[in-house]
Amino acid sequence: MFPKRPLEPELASTSVGKVQMTLSTAPAISIQNAHLRYGEQVLFDDLTCHLPAGKTTCLLGPSGVGKSSLLRLIAGLGVTSGNRTAKEKIQIDQHDPSLIAYMAQTDLLMPWLSVLDNVLLGYRLRKESSPETRAHELLNQVGLGNAIKKYPAQLSGGMRQRVALVRTLMEERPVVLMDEPFSALDTITRLKLQKLAAELLANRTVLLITHDPLEALRLGHQILIMSGQPAKLEKLELSGTPPRSLTDEKLLRWQGELMERLT
Amino acid sequence: MIYTRGIIVTLSLLLIWQLLVGILQLPIFILPGPLLVLKTLILQAPLIASQAWITILETLLGLFLATLFGCTLALTMAFFQPLRLWLLPILIISQALPTFAIAPLLVIWFGYGMASKIATTLLMLFFPIASSFFDGLKRTEHAWLDLAQTMNASRWNILWQIRVPAALPSLASGLRVATAAAPIGAIIGEWVGSSSGLGFLMLNANARMEIDLMFAVLLVIVVFGISLYFSVDKLLRRVIWWQAEKN
Repeated sequence: MFPKRPLEPELASTSVGKVQMTLSTAPAISIQNAHLRYGEQVLFDDLTCHLPAGKTTCLLGPSGVGKSSLLRLIAGLGVTSGNRTAKEKIQIDQHDPSLIAYMAQTDLLMPWLSVLDNVLLGYRLRKESSPETRAHELLNQVGLGNAIKKYPAQLSGGMRQRVALVRTLMEERPVVLMDEPFSALDTITRLKLQKLAAELLANRTVLLITHDPLEALRLGHQILIMSGQPAKLEKLELSGTPPRSLTDEKLLRWQGELMERLT
Repeated sequence: MIYTRGIIVTLSLLLIWQLLVGILQLPIFILPGPLLVLKTLILQAPLIASQAWITILETLLGLFLATLFGCTLALTMAFFQPLRLWLLPILIISQALPTFAIAPLLVIWFGYGMASKIATTLLMLFFPIASSFFDGLKRTEHAWLDLAQTMNASRWNILWQIRVPAALPSLASGLRVATAAAPIGAIIGEWVGSSSGLGFLMLNANARMEIDLMFAVLLVIVVFGISLYFSVDKLLRRVIWWQAEKN
């Protein structure tokens, strides 16, 4: 019925450098007194963190430490899991959920909508008129110009995640929260998408959750390491501008040091 | 392949049937052979056809109304949370009622004509449709709802843009079950009290020991049931083409 899944097309030819930022300056986000507890289990208590304006912060840490929950609290989403009732509290300066776009681990594409309609999902859900020209522009930039009329089932994993990225960008929100958006992809596709995402998300305030130290080092202006129970945050400032080149010696040295530290 | 197998199985059964009737010398009023049934079917075609369209109409109308009511109830329960607790018992009671037993009552209420048969069909089909659709509506992937929430979508738009399309494959499986049972509803209604329809014709033939006519009518019912099922199945596959996909 559907054609076979196409191979990942080459991304190098797309001109992602020419992204026009129409956003007003992205705000910084300051979080104080974040608290989350499931019954007796305290995930974090009195947690403070600062996401600098227009910069990418990578949140690194082992599974189950509460990274996703923290991100969900910032996004204004519920943190109930299964039948455990959560007690949560968070204080965010000038918090406005309508400034925040959210990208999850899976692409969350609607199988019954075409690529174009998936990208315009937010506008469909708000019954607003769709900026189709902008959608076409962005889809062309990520190399999906030929796939606009296709359906998610016809796309490869990398292509689907690029659609999800464009959908996130279409929301035109200055703050973007991403929960391991590339973790389900194979290494090469992941590396390509990291570069693409970093270029398209430049100048926004980004919080990116990952458990891949290399991804954090490549994409972050700063890294927050979350560990322990209740979890604490540790901050690493990185020099240079992301996305950092994979052949950058500094990157590899940092990776070694960070790995030493985490293990 | 499935068709070839179906044809082979059917033909073999017919052959065994014919042989049994021939060997055992069974009288016609006990078990007529398939050839005689076929002959009766052809000879009585005008009579059968004049009754068949009534049953077909009852079945289709019953199925249509059951879909309409079933979907409305499921949507109401999904959208108005507090109402769910009040509507759910109605749904379950409607299914716990033995359709056979209350069919005579429906005839008293709605008369000997089509209305009582449509009511029987409706009562039988309503539950699988409403419950499967409601089940689908309850099970929308949480991550989709989270995404919609960060996009400032209203509950109404989330229902129509995400929850309903996501639940359509579940509705389709309920509709398939209902379609398979649909002719039975109409025929039960006709058995209980009627002056026309295939069920009526069967009862009459049985009373007059015209077993060959009874078998001919039975054959028509089976063929109609199977064609209805496959047409609906094909239509559903075409309209809800994403059902096979797992996200």
